[in-house]
Amino acid sequence: MNSDTLNTLDTYSKNKYKYGFVTEIDDEKPKKGLNEDTIKFISLKKKEPVWMLEWRLNAYSKWKKMKEPKWANLSFPEINYQDIYYYSAPKGFDKKPKDLSEVDPKLIETYNKLGIPLEEQKVLAGVAVDVVFDSVSVATTYKGELEKLGIIFCSIGEAIQKHPDIIKKYLGSVIPPGDHSFSALNSAVFTDGSFVYIPEGVKCPMELSTYFRINAENTGQFERTLIIADKGSYVSYLEGCTAPKRDDNQLHAANVELIALEDAEIKYSTVQNWYPGDEDGKGGIYNFVTKRGLCAGKNSKISWTQVETGSAITWKYPSCILKGDNSIGEFYSVAITNNFQQADTGTKMTHIGKNTKSKIISKGISLGKSQNTYRGEVSFLRKAEKARNYTQCDSLLVGNQCGAHTVPYIDSKNNTAVIEHEASTSKINEDQLYYCRQRGLSHEEAVSLIVNGFCKQVLQELPMEFAVEAQKLVSISLEGSVG
Amino acid sequence: MFLEIKNLSVKIENKKILKSLNLNINKGEVHAIMGPNGSGKSTLANVLAGKEDYEILNGKINFKDNDLFDLNIEERAQEGMFLAFQYPVEIPGVNITPFLHSAINSKRKRLNEDEIDNLSFAKLLKSKASDLGINIDMLKRSVNTGFSGGEKKRYEILQMSILNPDLAILDETDSGLDIDALKIVTDGVNKLKTKDNSFLIITHYQKLLDYIKPDYVHVMVNGSIVKSGSCEIAAEIEKDGFQKFQ
Ligand SMILES: Nc1ncnc2c1ncn2[C@@H]1O[C@H](COP(=O)(O)OP(=O)(O)O)[C@@H](O)[C@H]1O
Ligand SMILES: [Mg+2]
Repeated sequence: MNSDTLNTLDTYSKNKYKYGFVTEIDDEKPKKGLNEDTIKFISLKKKEPVWMLEWRLNAYSKWKKMKEPKWANLSFPEINYQDIYYYSAPKGFDKKPKDLSEVDPKLIETYNKLGIPLEEQKVLAGVAVDVVFDSVSVATTYKGELEKLGIIFCSIGEAIQKHPDIIKKYLGSVIPPGDHSFSALNSAVFTDGSFVYIPEGVKCPMELSTYFRINAENTGQFERTLIIADKGSYVSYLEGCTAPKRDDNQLHAANVELIALEDAEIKYSTVQNWYPGDEDGKGGIYNFVTKRGLCAGKNSKISWTQVETGSAITWKYPSCILKGDNSIGEFYSVAITNNFQQADTGTKMTHIGKNTKSKIISKGISLGKSQNTYRGEVSFLRKAEKARNYTQCDSLLVGNQCGAHTVPYIDSKNNTAVIEHEASTSKINEDQLYYCRQRGLSHEEAVSLIVNGFCKQVLQELPMEFAVEAQKLVSISLEGSVG
Repeated sequence: MFLEIKNLSVKIENKKILKSLNLNINKGEVHAIMGPNGSGKSTLANVLAGKEDYEILNGKINFKDNDLFDLNIEERAQEGMFLAFQYPVEIPGVNITPFLHSAINSKRKRLNEDEIDNLSFAKLLKSKASDLGINIDMLKRSVNTGFSGGEKKRYEILQMSILNPDLAILDETDSGLDIDALKIVTDGVNKLKTKDNSFLIITHYQKLLDYIKPDYVHVMVNGSIVKSGSCEIAAEIEKDGFQKFQ
């Protein structure tokens, strides 16, 4: 690496996290710590039926007996679960605002700073946004239009009250509360998140989108999202996240469950930009996320696309259970780590049905002193006749203090399964930088262009409206970290 | 003086490649450098463009009243220097349109000119491409990725026409081209040529000079320019090879 490259990286890393402001709002929290009273407080605040409280308490009793999974290539101090607030809502949210005039103007301002147009007329054409601020869903736009098609798009809290039958049937059906300690934790204390139901035969005409933001200090965010695509339906869903700068680490343990019935398709895209910590590794979000989709019916399809640029620690494996015959699972991932960030991310494709197909494209970019691990498991069960997987993992290193690791597991119990695997690790190419700069691009622009090119296979999977945003985010995270 | 190279000596990995090289180019002139393989022609082009692998042992280069060594790679480019590479590198996933658009705008920024918008740029690119007989489909592909040798060279000329440099250095742009491609490339140069810009054309065959008429021809051997003169030198080389200059 020549001196110019180092200089550029230096400039990059001095760039500041753009979303690191705090909104001053009185919030209302229970006492710190995790116990039955905390869970009762949350359930009461959310006016939940008794069965829901029982479901939570049951998960809590499982959690008490569990240990955190430790197999990931991550190191971090012990999490003190008794030093965290499990619920935070801006005061006055007991009654939900009917329209924007009832929402605290400071909140609106926060969203404006984040560039989220909360007012309907400002919403990017065709995007319905459900905004989750700490633990409460603030406003869902475009609700009326969706209702006409029979589509339900609301907060999970509202769904628990209004659609108990669907919730009882599907909540925890893909990620059982006892799956591992973070799923048990989330099941016990989840506060908000989105719920989507697309009725039979309906193609959702717009991108559905949720924006999460952690604002309050020492608050964990445990959102829970449930998306059900009924027979022959289609939906594309996008989730974006940011958090203010804090010196302490904040815990985020979300659960996302997707269910695609016969001939249905769900496309789930995430742009994750939680605060990654500073240049010295101080602060940042601990992101322990469980995302799992069930292709329950024949010919169903679930595809995960993620752009992960934030968080101090990312522990995340969006997975597909390919149960229906001919069902398809896809995973497209860009993970960028910088400074002291650690990411252990990948996917799990479980082939159960006949002729099931999965495709994994993972692009890891490591800068600074960061560690970036791809971990993937592809398994073929006994009945998965003629199932196929294609995996491609590419890592790009910028600098020589960072690390890239690829950990693929394959488990096949059916010998008709076909598996293709390609992997590469490369350094940013000085000849490419020279070429770009000879045309007049600055060193930073050249790095950003080359990295974006490296990620293109993944970025092009994002919905059009967000592809441009994601490209900018990639550039920013290179500047801000190479950031 | 537009470009003035004085007494230039350059080393790479303990090997002295350029040895007390002198060369002057005025505005509006076309110069050709001919020389056998390994004589240091590409090294000269890269030193002019600012590639950082070289150690400058001695000498000075002036370009448009700047000490060239004060400018980094991109500043030289923005000042109007363009190098058509002998071996253009592939950049997967990077589309030519946004790539060249950023390039032209960074040049305009340096000159305090307004940026060119998406639409006008797309039009400009299309019209230049069709002038050079480049298929519009090629503009949708990633920079140089999967291109044949000839396609890469044409692509370099397209970039040159868009960026409209003051000094264009063509490093063996002719090699590997068939006659039709050679015509397209040389047409590109002749169209771009005005009394205000200059060309430094590196080649090792005389063929190219049938299409582009240089004002001066220099013979480079073993890191120095050993003879300069008119087009007739090219004919001599064609007949007798480089032997008699060595
Ligand atoms: N990166 C390098 N490291 C070591 N030697 C080099 C390097 N680049 C060029 N050379 C040597 O410098 C000499 C001149 O090379 P070059 O400028 O490419 O010549 P030409 O373009 O005239 O064929 C050759 O002997 C070549 O081997
Ligand atoms: Mg050469």
